Amino acid sequence: MSDVKIKITDRNGKTHSINAPTDMGMNLMEVIRSFELAPEGTIGVCGGMVMCASCQCYIISNHKLEPMDDEEEAMLSEAFNVKEKSRLSCQIPITADLEGLELKIAPEV
Amino acid sequence: MLLNLVAKESKMIKTDILIIGAGPTGLFTVFEAGLLKLKCHLIDALPQAGGQCSEIYPKKPIYDIPGFPEILAGDLTRNLLEQGKQFEPGFTLGERAETIQKQNDGTFIVTTNKGTKHHAPVVAIAGGLGSFEPRKPQLNDLQKYEDNGVAYFIKNPEIYKNKKVAIAGGGDSALDWAIFLTNIASQVTLIHRRHEFRGALDSVEKVQELKTQGKINLITPAEVVGLKGKQSLEGIIIEKNNETSLLQVDNFLPLFGLSPKLGPIANWGLDIEKNAIKVDNTLDYQTNIPGVFAIGDVNTYPGKLKLILCGFHEATLMCQAAYKIINPGKKYVLKYTTVSGVDGFDGTRKQAPKAVVKAIE
Repeated sequence: MSDVKIKITDRNGKTHSINAPTDMGMNLMEVIRSFELAPEGTIGVCGGMVMCASCQCYIISNHKLEPMDDEEEAMLSEAFNVKEKSRLSCQIPITADLEGLELKIAPEV
Repeated sequence: MLLNLVAKESKMIKTDILIIGAGPTGLFTVFEAGLLKLKCHLIDALPQAGGQCSEIYPKKPIYDIPGFPEILAGDLTRNLLEQGKQFEPGFTLGERAETIQKQNDGTFIVTTNKGTKHHAPVVAIAGGLGSFEPRKPQLNDLQKYEDNGVAYFIKNPEIYKNKKVAIAGGGDSALDWAIFLTNIASQVTLIHRRHEFRGALDSVEKVQELKTQGKINLITPAEVVGLKGKQSLEGIIIEKNNETSLLQVDNFLPLFGLSPKLGPIANWGLDIEKNAIKVDNTLDYQTNIPGVFAIGDVNTYPGKLKLILCGFHEATLMCQAAYKIINPGKKYVLKYTTVSGVDGFDGTRKQAPKAVVKAIE
């Protein structure tokens, strides 16, 4: 029953410090939705199937995340506003390693 | 003048329940309404029925449809169409519901972006996350060429007969349309930012085969960076390895997926909360406008879950309320399909076989 502290900057530029649970099988996209940091219907549209890129985010801190798999890389290659530190937040599970993670939600397309 | 009026009148599509959205919830409504002898017509912005199930993940499995341990989303769509077909639903596809006007008699006229008018006493919004709008690449003059060589959907493949067609994108729709158009177009070019494609294995393998046969001109890793043409599209500019080149084409199809927008429905005077329509979940999923219901992923109420199976339940209860509006005061009693069978509007009848009553000697 441990939480990790994550700083998420929403699409309006406001930064939120939140406690994300590591024991609920959640991913970052689901955390963003559960804290309602982006309006429903504008994030995680495909539900986490790696088919829409609506949950794209930019990782700001220097955390070493699990590398992208082929599917995520392929989806991001079709997305807009992609930067070097772009990730699909639905592909990042909440684990203890994420303590102190900072990220920004990419613009809505 | 009179002739004009007659023509307009005949263009009006009349039905009992007008369903906005032809996804799983909308398609199942056809069946439940049919059992109550109510006819349905569906409007959808996409060129085919099925909603997200057809457009986003047709080849992905779903595990929580009651009675189906596993079913592909595309198969679920086909099954729902089959289940409802004896009730002869009408479809207005590839058009987006734009406006709603309440008539003095309490009925509604819904008009699409292409001007098609629909008249019904009950409107059921089963719009999912909204109407799917194509994600457009950021190219100069893109708008100028839209419908003049650039398209985001393929509604009528025949218009590509003997044309030079370029497709951009790396997902299933880019792959599947590239494969399909090799039989119609004179030249098919597929352009993608990477060598790797993201699609069902059989589609990727088929494109590989067609490339080897010289039937698909594959350009990777590359990107379309410009469009050329006086009135209509004549060519595209492709950037590959930091070099640009011009490819002459008649048609360009950027297939970068779709993003759903609630769209014009947001301006219909409905109570909206969190991009969804508020409904009365204690009774019949009616909105704040009597006669207008919202079912499936498009609605919200305390405890709402966006699941297909919940949409089916909501559709069923909504049809009971629609029956009462359309047949005021008329008695109704719930019947099991096993007992009463299913009488189609097309004259067909499905019924359970009679039990054998026979002595065993």
